[in-house]
Amino acid sequence: MFVILILLMILMIAGAVVAIQSKDLLSAVICMGIVGFGLTLVFLILQAPDLAIVQIVVETLTLIILIAAILKTTMKESKVKKSAVVVYSGIATVILLIILAFILGDAFKGLPDFGCPDLRMSEYYIEQGLKKTGAANLVASVILDFRAYDTLGEATVLFTAVMGILAVLRRKGRKE
Amino acid sequence: MKGMTEIVKTISKLLAGLIFFYGIYIVLFGHLTPGGGFAGGVIISGAFILLIIANGIDEEKISRGKEKVGFLESSGIFLFWIISTVGLCMGTFFFLNFLGKGRPLNIFSAGTVPLCNIAIGIEVSAALCCIVIALILVKKGDKK
Amino acid sequence: MIYFLCSLLFLVGLSGILLKRNLIKIVISLTIMEYSLFMFLALVGYKQNALAPIVKSVTEEVNYVDPLPQALVLTAIVIGLATTALLVALAVRIYEKYGTFDIRKIRRLKG
Repeated sequence: MFVILILLMILMIAGAVVAIQSKDLLSAVICMGIVGFGLTLVFLILQAPDLAIVQIVVETLTLIILIAAILKTTMKESKVKKSAVVVYSGIATVILLIILAFILGDAFKGLPDFGCPDLRMSEYYIEQGLKKTGAANLVASVILDFRAYDTLGEATVLFTAVMGILAVLRRKGRKE
Repeated sequence: MKGMTEIVKTISKLLAGLIFFYGIYIVLFGHLTPGGGFAGGVIISGAFILLIIANGIDEEKISRGKEKVGFLESSGIFLFWIISTVGLCMGTFFFLNFLGKGRPLNIFSAGTVPLCNIAIGIEVSAALCCIVIALILVKKGDKK
Repeated sequence: MIYFLCSLLFLVGLSGILLKRNLIKIVISLTIMEYSLFMFLALVGYKQNALAPIVKSVTEEVNYVDPLPQALVLTAIVIGLATTALLVALAVRIYEKYGTFDIRKIRRLKG
């Protein structure tokens, strides 16, 4: 299981690098699909079927939205002229990423080992979940009964995003 | 936007019903098996998006239908808010689980959890249909 | 080691946001950064030789994976979809006004 997990993550990193580098926008979007579907397989290996179902359908819809936007507009990225600004920004980005990689590597030493989590909060949810709510799916009992405020906030965010999209893409409303 | 060929239109009519009922199954059994309101809502919207893309766009019809979809989305989140405020009206706290708990692993169990799943399923499916309709109705190359 | 690969995906997405000039590439890099975060949260909650958090029977003692990070990631996935859709709608509108996706050419304020 460990080896398959590492191979999937290396595939996702390779797909991400190709998605960012490619000049054609359609290939970039399809390579982003590799990252998304690889994440679904990772969720299945990590014993999270709820997340795998949501991730696969949301990834399909993200691809549909991006491809609909690309087909309406342009499909190619414009060329980059080599100038001093481009070289300096490239060097600054690489230095920043190396510093961040060291900081993150140091921060991960404080986490418990992979496979032995610190289950202080979740012991209550696992033991009392079925008795207090009656739902067999523990994740559903957490998001809809123990932490229902977060679900209310999430539904509000989705609603607000749809209102924002309808306001931005409006056709009428101004005198033409 | 033009529709696709005859084969695609026929197969999409057969598949859309199947996908719609699969989405309803995942929403209803959200408290027993993996899934729930969000995954089921996205699957239900997928059935309608398949029909839109396969059969082409009729601009006036879709503009009239957009208001009905917006009403459905607002009513979904309003239903979720009503379910959560009933506890407040009964004198105790917000989000009280006021229905009975039932036998475990039965479909009529877990209090308000299936009702909340249904409300969220309606809201998410209508929201995503609205997003895709808005993105498709944008005309190509229209400079102001 | 696994956490380090996860942060490598995060850094690849971050480099995409800093170096690229096309708006759609920036949206793609942001989505890749979000995926790395979901993976990190799911990795934190994994328990060795444990099962998915769905109760099978009331009487036996079974080991379950942590359900709390999974609930957080479930919320985050749907919010990521809403954010991506709004960004794409803004990008399409910008293309209609300026004719290009290049962020260095979108500087004039059109009244």
